[in-house]
Amino acid sequence: MTLFRQLMAATALAAIANVALAAADIEVNTPAINQIKQSMQARNAQLAPLYGSGAVGLTKDGLVSLRDANAVPLAQRAQANQLVAEENRDRSQLYKEIARANSHPEWEGEIRSTFAQRWIDKAQGGWYVQKAGGDWVKK
Amino acid sequence: MRTSHTLPVLAALALLTSACVTINIYFPAAAAEKAADKIIDEVWQQQGKTPAKPAEGKPADAAPADNKPAQ
Repeated sequence: MTLFRQLMAATALAAIANVALAAADIEVNTPAINQIKQSMQARNAQLAPLYGSGAVGLTKDGLVSLRDANAVPLAQRAQANQLVAEENRDRSQLYKEIARANSHPEWEGEIRSTFAQRWIDKAQGGWYVQKAGGDWVKK
Repeated sequence: MRTSHTLPVLAALALLTSACVTINIYFPAAAAEKAADKIIDEVWQQQGKTPAKPAEGKPADAAPADNKPAQ
């Protein structure tokens, strides 16, 4: 019986160690993640004016959306649409890659909602962000 | 003779239990938030709002704050 108790104690300790180890940090420094990050960083120069004019807003699910096409001159509308599509592709890929880099693909949704909240929290004044109900508000 | 038979079973059970704990792990919400902030700052290049050079190899993080279940 003592052996059984020792075994259970060891198991419990191992389980605690596993939890502590895995919960300690999130890996975001992989070649794939860095590449997506750089791509988004380069695109930001073109997206920032669109955030500022309110043409593009930050959605509640961690993406961007062309919420007011009329705020973009007709000649630049196709380009704006393309920027939004490319940005969303990168963002979705980023969330997936982070989950995968941490060996928990099932975390993708939670990573996405964490980012969604932080993008909105860090958005500059005057930018449009989407509330949980779907309404757009100006920060 | 009974113990010699039950012990391997118990050991197998114990292993399975510990494996389950590893799989059903809590989502590290605080660490994820910190990682998100770092990436967002880099993408938006908002050096003014957070320290420009955050310590790269941070030691033990405040893991106890991560108490949100993964579901």
